[in-house]
Order: sequence, then C-alpha cells, then structure tokens
Amino acid sequence: MPRTQQDLALPRRELLGGGLTLGALTLLTGCDVSDGDAVQGALARVSAWNDAVQASLFNPERLAPTFPESMANKDFRYNAWYGPEQAPRLEPADYRLLLSGKIADKRPWTVEALHALPQVTQITRHICVEGWSMIGKWTGTPLRTFLERIGADTTARYVGFECADGYYEGLDMPTALHPQTLMAFRLHDALLPHRHGFPFKLRIPTKLGFKNPKFVTTIYVTDKQPRGYWTDRGYNWFSGL
Amino acid sequence: MSVLGVQTHAWPVRLAHWSMALAILIMVGSGWRIYNAEPILPFRFPLAVTLGGDVEAALARHGDPGVATAIAWHFAGMWLLIAAFLLFVIYGVVSGHFRRDFFPVGPRAFLHDFTAALHFRLEHRLGEYNTVQKVFYWGVLAAIIVIIVSGLAIWKPVQTYPLEVLFGGFQGARIVHFLAMIVIVGFLVIHLALVALVPSTLVAMITGRSGSPAPRNGGRP
Repeated sequence: MPRTQQDLALPRRELLGGGLTLGALTLLTGCDVSDGDAVQGALARVSAWNDAVQASLFNPERLAPTFPESMANKDFRYNAWYGPEQAPRLEPADYRLLLSGKIADKRPWTVEALHALPQVTQITRHICVEGWSMIGKWTGTPLRTFLERIGADTTARYVGFECADGYYEGLDMPTALHPQTLMAFRLHDALLPHRHGFPFKLRIPTKLGFKNPKFVTTIYVTDKQPRGYWTDRGYNWFSGL
Repeated sequence: MSVLGVQTHAWPVRLAHWSMALAILIMVGSGWRIYNAEPILPFRFPLAVTLGGDVEAALARHGDPGVATAIAWHFAGMWLLIAAFLLFVIYGVVSGHFRRDFFPVGPRAFLHDFTAALHFRLEHRLGEYNTVQKVFYWGVLAAIIVIIVSGLAIWKPVQTYPLEVLFGGFQGARIVHFLAMIVIVGFLVIHLALVALVPSTLVAMITGRSGSPAPRNGGRP
C-alpha cells in the first residue's frame, strides 16, 4: 500500500505510545511496583475478596478425591522453613492439648486420651502452594467429632491452632466441620513421625498444605479470623482447593 | 473495519485488548516467579523478568522470597483477564466482529498466506486480516481458554474435580497451564514483531482508527 503523508506522520505518535508502554512494562517488572505499600495494600484487598469468593465456592458436601493405597507415597515429603532435625520432639508423657475460646469443656487432653478417640483412615492428596503434590495415607479423628466432644460452639466462625514450633493457623468453620478434616495421628499406619507433627497434625485435603498445622498444642474457637503464619507473610488466607 | 485501507477498532475491542495485555503481563510475570518455586523443567526464569517484587525486600518484610506477592498478583490478574476476555468474546460475537473479521479460515487460504509469510511476501493490508493472522487470533483465544480452564483445575482441584482428569491429573494441569503460557508468550512475541513492522495497527488499537481508504483495486500492486 502506498504511504501517504498522513501515514508517515502517524508512526511518530505510535513510537511515543510504544515507548510509554515499554516504560510501563519496565515499571511493572521492577521492584518498586510490587514493594510499595499502596500495591501491597491493594493486593491484600484483592486477596481478602478472593477469600470471600473461595468461601462461597466451598461446598461442605463435596469430598476431596481419595486414591488407592498403591498411589500413596510411603516416604512423605518433609516441608518447613527449618530442617527436619529441628522439628519439635514432644514427649507423650508431658504433652497436653490446650483448649480455649468458645468451647464448653476446656480440660486439656493427653496423647492417650486423643488416641482413644474414634478414628478413620483416608488416602488423600496434599497440595503445596508451590505446586508439588503428594498422596498420603492418614489415620485420625475427624475434627468435627472432636469439636462436638468438647462442646465447641460450631456456630462460631473459626477454629484456630497454635503449634509447638511457633506456627499458627486457622480454619473457617465449614472447613473445620468437613468430614475429611482430620486430626491425623498416624501416617501410613505408623505413629506420626516427629517431623510430620507428632502427636498430631491437621490433615485438610480441601486446603493447601500450609493450612495443615503440625504439632498442635492449642485449639481455640472464635469469631475473629485467626492469623496464619504464612498468611502474615502475604499468602492468601482461605487457600481452599 | 469494512473499508479496505482503514483499520478501525471499536472501544470495547480496545478496552478488552489493553486489559488483556496488562492481565497477561501480570500473569506471565507472576506465573514465572511461582514456577521458580517448584520448577517442572530443569530451569528457572531469571528473577529480573518475573513479577513479585524484590526478593531481599520480601525476605525482610515477610521472611518469604517474594512468592506470596507473586501469587497475590496472579490471583488479582486473574479477574482482569477473565473480565477482559469475556468482554472481548461477547462483544466479538454480538457485534459480528468475529464473523466479519476472523472468518473465513480455510486451509487452502491458510497454506497460501502461510507460504507467502514464510517468504516475507505476505502483505499486511489495513482493514483486512490475512488467513495467517486469523489463525493466530483463534489460536491465542484458544490458548487463553486452555490457560483459564487449566488454571481453574490447579486453583480449585477439589471443588472442580474431576476437571483435572481432562489434563491428566493435577500435575498434568500444571504442565498444560505452562504449555498454554508458552503459546501465549510465543503469540505475544510474533504479535509485537508484526506491530513493529506495521506500526499503524498500533495507532488503530489506541485511537480506534488509522490508515486511509484504499483505491478500488485494494492497493494491490
């Protein structure tokens, strides 16, 4: 197509526009954009909105897929911000699970008493926020059974957890009451190893891995959204699957 | 865009185009940072081209190497991408933009135009897409659908189960999501190269119109 004078005049404006776009690109990938308080604040607001969306997407009746035992990994992956040898080693004789908040019977629980609770086994998949996934065989007591046993107010909005390694997490009540949400005492039929959270970890196949706290020492029921260790470090709170 | 030699873009097309462009930059940049946390291939993306902020700052601020911010970006960009994509597709169907400008796409015409393109003999005429362009646009639209659906399977593998089976499981969905990203980035590179060759198309996408009516023979030499 023959170029007219008008056509030739236009590219200058385009180049200017292109330059601006490139500038925006550089800004976008630079440090300044992500690290500003305004951007962090805006991203946190979107993350809170995503919490609400996920809570409405969560179907309390829907079960996470379960798998044949042959697919379960016997050497379950260890994951924490510290090495497995630094994992807390809780003494069964000294351990007490403390209860607080909107719970009728706040007497502490021993390992022995916990082990006497009715237990189920499920083979479910753990999905990490970073992308890896692993199937494990978990045995324990549905958190719902335990909450009912201790007279927890299940009309409250959240259940919170404090852990022996300084970790802390929280669940929305619908997830806490989900039939597959377990206090897992055993992994692959063996007592839960120290590095995986002895005496128990929360095993929640409807949540990302970091929402599954280990070495739980306190359970509390509350209407105030509990903080989470990784949520305080910028990760999404609901993190449902 | 019915007059040959004149490229016009209605405002919904421009709004959807630039919103999708921004969303794709956000999602690719943050996606690369997320990928780096658990690579599926034996390489990582250079930190400088990823989105998620300064790693040292994130470590100081959060004790987290910037993956949290990358994920926050990714799930913010997601809404922009879906909104823009829906606007583009709904407007494209309702206004007849797709029917008028993205069809027909016959194999014979494609082969002809593709061969011409390979020999750098394919002319870009404002106001009319050649078959290679049409196939490219359909391809990138399809890749965006694949990346959204595989992304949904990764984000909500329990609530959408068995959607992941479509991709060969959860890890399969991650691979498909990655491959769709490659297609989109590949499109982006070619798209930008062609815009650089025919800059007046950029004017049309910004202002809504560029070029001037062609003579009756369509400007063909």
